[in-house]
Amino acid sequence: MRVTLGDLISSWPVVRQVREGDLLGLGRAARSPLSASLRPRIDDADHVVQSICPYCAVGCGQLVYVKGGEVTHIEGDPASPISRGRLCPKGQAAKGYVQSPLREYKVKYRPPYGMKWEELDLDTAMDMIVDRIIETRAVNWQAETDGGAPANRTMAIANLGGATLDNEENYLMKKLLTGLGIVQVENQARI
Amino acid sequence: MPSLGTSFGRGGATDFQQDLQNSDCIVIMGSNMAENHPVGFQWVMEARRQGAKVFHIDPRFTRTSAMATDWVGIRAGSDIAFLGGIVNYILENELWFDEYVKHYTNAPVIIDEGFKDTEELDGFFSGWDAENGKYDPATWQYEGMEVHASAGNREEGFSASGQQAHGAHGGGLQSGEPPAEDPTLQNPRCVFQILKRHYTRYTPEFVAETCGCTVEEFTSVCEALTQNSGRERTSAFVYSVGWTQHTVGVQYIRTAAIIQQLLGNMGRPGGGIIALRGHASIQGSTDIPTLFDILPGYLPMPHTETYGDFENFMKSNISPGGFWGHFKSYWVSLMKAYFGDAATSDNDWLFKQLPRIDSDNSAYWTLGEMLEGRVKGYVVAGENPAVGNANGKAHRLGLAKLDWLVVRDLVEIETASFWYDSPEIESGELHTAEIGTEVFFMPAAAHTEKDGSFTNTQRLLQWHWKATEPKGDCRSELWFYFHLGRRIKQKLADSKEPRDELLKALRWEYPTHSAVQEPDAESVLAEISGYEADSRKYLPGYTELKDDGSTVCGCWIYSGVYADGINQAARKKPHWEQDYVAPEWAWAWPSNRRTLYNRASADPGGKPWSDRKKLVWWDGKKWTGPDVPDFEAEKPPDYEPPKDATAEDAIRGDHPFIMQPDGRSWLFVPQGLQDGPLPTHFEPHESPFDNALYDTRANPARQQKVLKDFDPYNPVDGEPGADVFPYVFTTYRLTEHHTAGGMSRSVGYLAELQPEMFCEVSPELAEEAGLEHGGWATIYTSRSAIEARVLVTKRMRPMTVRGRVTHQVGLPYHWGSRLLVRGDSANDLMHGALDPNVHIMETKAATCGIRPGRRPRGRELTEFVESLRAQAGSR
Amino acid sequence: MTTYGTEQKERVGFFTDTSVCIGCKACEVACKEWNTIPVDGLEWTGNSYDNTSELDANAWRHVAFIEQQQDGGGIRWLMSSDVCKHCTHAACLDVCPTGALFRTEFDTVVVQEDICNGCGYCVPACPFGVLGKREEPKDGRVFKCTLCYDRLKGGHEPACAKACPTQSIQFGPLDELRARADERLAKAQAEGWQGARLYGRDPEDGVGGFGAFFLLLDEPEVYGLPPDPVVTTRDLGTMWKSVALAGVAIFGLVAAAVAGGE
Repeated sequence: MRVTLGDLISSWPVVRQVREGDLLGLGRAARSPLSASLRPRIDDADHVVQSICPYCAVGCGQLVYVKGGEVTHIEGDPASPISRGRLCPKGQAAKGYVQSPLREYKVKYRPPYGMKWEELDLDTAMDMIVDRIIETRAVNWQAETDGGAPANRTMAIANLGGATLDNEENYLMKKLLTGLGIVQVENQARI
Repeated sequence: MPSLGTSFGRGGATDFQQDLQNSDCIVIMGSNMAENHPVGFQWVMEARRQGAKVFHIDPRFTRTSAMATDWVGIRAGSDIAFLGGIVNYILENELWFDEYVKHYTNAPVIIDEGFKDTEELDGFFSGWDAENGKYDPATWQYEGMEVHASAGNREEGFSASGQQAHGAHGGGLQSGEPPAEDPTLQNPRCVFQILKRHYTRYTPEFVAETCGCTVEEFTSVCEALTQNSGRERTSAFVYSVGWTQHTVGVQYIRTAAIIQQLLGNMGRPGGGIIALRGHASIQGSTDIPTLFDILPGYLPMPHTETYGDFENFMKSNISPGGFWGHFKSYWVSLMKAYFGDAATSDNDWLFKQLPRIDSDNSAYWTLGEMLEGRVKGYVVAGENPAVGNANGKAHRLGLAKLDWLVVRDLVEIETASFWYDSPEIESGELHTAEIGTEVFFMPAAAHTEKDGSFTNTQRLLQWHWKATEPKGDCRSELWFYFHLGRRIKQKLADSKEPRDELLKALRWEYPTHSAVQEPDAESVLAEISGYEADSRKYLPGYTELKDDGSTVCGCWIYSGVYADGINQAARKKPHWEQDYVAPEWAWAWPSNRRTLYNRASADPGGKPWSDRKKLVWWDGKKWTGPDVPDFEAEKPPDYEPPKDATAEDAIRGDHPFIMQPDGRSWLFVPQGLQDGPLPTHFEPHESPFDNALYDTRANPARQQKVLKDFDPYNPVDGEPGADVFPYVFTTYRLTEHHTAGGMSRSVGYLAELQPEMFCEVSPELAEEAGLEHGGWATIYTSRSAIEARVLVTKRMRPMTVRGRVTHQVGLPYHWGSRLLVRGDSANDLMHGALDPNVHIMETKAATCGIRPGRRPRGRELTEFVESLRAQAGSR
Repeated sequence: MTTYGTEQKERVGFFTDTSVCIGCKACEVACKEWNTIPVDGLEWTGNSYDNTSELDANAWRHVAFIEQQQDGGGIRWLMSSDVCKHCTHAACLDVCPTGALFRTEFDTVVVQEDICNGCGYCVPACPFGVLGKREEPKDGRVFKCTLCYDRLKGGHEPACAKACPTQSIQFGPLDELRARADERLAKAQAEGWQGARLYGRDPEDGVGGFGAFFLLLDEPEVYGLPPDPVVTTRDLGTMWKSVALAGVAIFGLVAAAVAGGE
């Protein structure tokens, strides 16, 4: 947008003060173009999503505002009977968590004895993890205990995590690992 | 939560946070609610606004204490002494809620004559097996009751698996009624009298001496609690990991459960025990467990030593009375969800092929195995054990012994980077070039980038919708585990190996959508909730489950969350359109009940105890009220079970605890706990004091040396070298950070609010140890030494315990070697002795030394800790 | 103020009831998130749990933590979320030569970042030390609480008040807040809250009352607040009128300079 001299003149506070009779220059006459056009960015969101805070287990409601495929704001969901729209500093910082400057977007790979991270594409990484699980499990399969009782398991693979995840995720995790005979499945409930 | 499970029948908070506004008195203990659950704390403030008393009983004066009507400072690790004192106060002064106690608890039940109390056996209950360090609970049973688990199975039949989780497998009760009772509570062997004798030494003076508070402070809590309980008034307890993280932590919670039963506060508005949990879905990850010893809905994993065949497994688990009587329906429906058509009645629903567990395959046990090189591969998803778990150094050394490691997180946490920037690299104990661990860091999707449900602290499943697509390689765990399984199954599709049989049978079909083929989370929720195998009709709830394979249900306690094909967890009816119970916001397990055991809000005849405290009552035809009755809707209060009744039919109409085989809450727990039927004061594993009650100093059943030589212990009171570690330390969170920091040290607006590791000490300790406010201190144990800035504050108070002044050091545990703000990790100081029921470490109370200045660096750090160990004789 | 005519809205503000503040700092974060305020240093102060230290260009809400030893040995931990007072007679506004500071239709006092040239006259003018220049990242302009002017325009309450878990920060029409505060004070005193008092509620005080006032539990000085703030420009009103008129003459020169620059 090109600003004309006319715009400049009429927007100059002193001019407006005189024109609008606001000689102290403290009110409307002093209102800048930015102030005049100001709108809350949540009003410009493409859509708003009802979410739940990812930090502690109070379970506060969050409203996630999205524009152009990016989260533009997160605040409390007033409809929640638990939180009534309020959030603590962590819940209120959730946008900063989702958009942390430290956030990683690419797989990182460190080979055995490697001195630094290397790049690896996601598909290859998945395949390598699949192979590691299959092989470790095959080599370390325990069909029976030393006493001859059925064991049907591998004690060479363990899985940790779950309290920060969704129920559906935990469900698939436990289901798959049980199917694989991986019994060392644990999460933050122990800590 | 076996403490709540064994006492009441279900391992979950018994009430919902909003109901705290109805409390007349709230005791917050083992919890720093205002700091760690600030938004939930609004309901405490509502209660206060209406005149409720709010006590905060804690070693530290925190932001919660500041908002309480009263703070009572106690020594870390002395809570059972305090709570046992309350039990004694109630009994001595005859202040229990008589009608409630007689009808709703197991107070009248007569216990086996072989039972001996800790008061008789100097700190042990009868049944102690010194050789194996375990109890045999045979003598803890109801008199005349056939001990349910067959003799050969007893060894593991009451173990930390399964049964502890749901708690309630009482044994062979006929018609749900204990064989021998004394309704007058006078029989010396009835639970009530046992309780009385057990706590008789917990006098106000004993409490004051042991806990370091005054008699007046203690009695003010007793008076407020008893004056605010009864027909017209109710009191609530609130706890968090300040109770669980002890070697006798389960019994801390049990003591509160006893108080609440005696005062008649369970199942009533403004009453109950609220367990405040610290992660968005930690309740969910216990209900649908990512835990070694249970399957969804607290069904036990089969053991190697026992449960050999399916029939025996069923026999051991089907309870004769209460809703655990339908164990087989829950089990078979789960197997159908897991294995579909491959699980049939003929093959015992694939029971033989299921993997077996040992008595302990928990996270710390795994670490012990890792340190000895037996664990090769490790997948870590949304957890940071290198900072968050006790004895961080052992964890990092363990990671270095792996062949491969997968870490899934939003940012590169210390668990992913241990091989190049851990404290052990700095100290020279690890060298990057010598670490053979192959590491895959897989970026994860945030909650805003996926659909799914969290189960919050009040058992409420709340759906969150995806707002944006994850970027780059970021993926949900749903995506990761689904595609992992899909690929593994593909590669092993033609395998003839017996070990792959179960995997091939695994039902693994979920619709996917979007460019990255994200599995449909609602389809998983639908399987969790359950449906009829043939018609695919969604089930309304667990009472519809069958034991013949005709129903499919991934988690019986969640059954109904997808009733009518509708995602009930996604219900978002605003609270202003509902009453305070808000039953149409999301969905609570079980059956959308918000206050558990709410049948107890009415008297035995079905009338509310008082108008002021009414919740659920009998209207002559059915149970009704603002909450969903936690009782069969049409079972009248005067129902008496016929002789051969089973399951819920065996529960009387005036017995509200429908998961228990006898329908009552348990003051005395005959089965389901590893360390005794009643809570007893023990000192922490590391403590500067001996036990004033017994020669048995700490919980005899606690787990020790799980981490073997990597976990040396400080000498304790009376042992030479104890004076090297003269102080008590306790670890905790701050409002401004989250657990091990992965979700807060990466966020600038949080990092700046608490930018550095600090320790909190009293002016008296600062004086004694030469610490300067704002300077540095080195805190040390037999495991490690860390440094922290010194915050001298009167909020830390020396406690006089048995005539000796004892000092406490407060340590937040959020920092590590990476991210926006860095610092030493408090967990590096911690040992790995564990509670025997739940394998939780004792991060709330251990011993340490403290001195001014920064810690030694590099090799000098290791040498410093070694010299301490030598000086103290740590083992 | 009447310069808005029909655009004029009811005067709104904050009532911060520090007796229920739990010191969680949700207000600080909510403010920073909404207003995209830079992270303000990662230094630990050792001053109780306060690592924000004061209101400035990068901290528009500041929670103070005051640890007190009481008679009889007890401990009291006062927490209070401080903010710009949006004074009825605002000195910052009076001294601002560029018109960057102005009074909005909601009768709040806002610095307009598209106007502010960083002269800094307002900084010493404020009796509360609310205003500061943003030095990090390099900017030089003055920033402070806008009472979420943009949110108000959209009909939303300010971010801090919305987030506050215990309603320590209450937002609303000032008259309503004053009535609510009077009621709360009476109740707090009846409940035995020692030292409860209102601060900045009185329209007769030295700044004509605050648009954002407080219930405190001790003397204002304890919280780092001036006990009897006075608008530093109380007698300047008439003087500034003539300056404003003089501005018209100056304007000719400026316009010529702008035109010349094109």
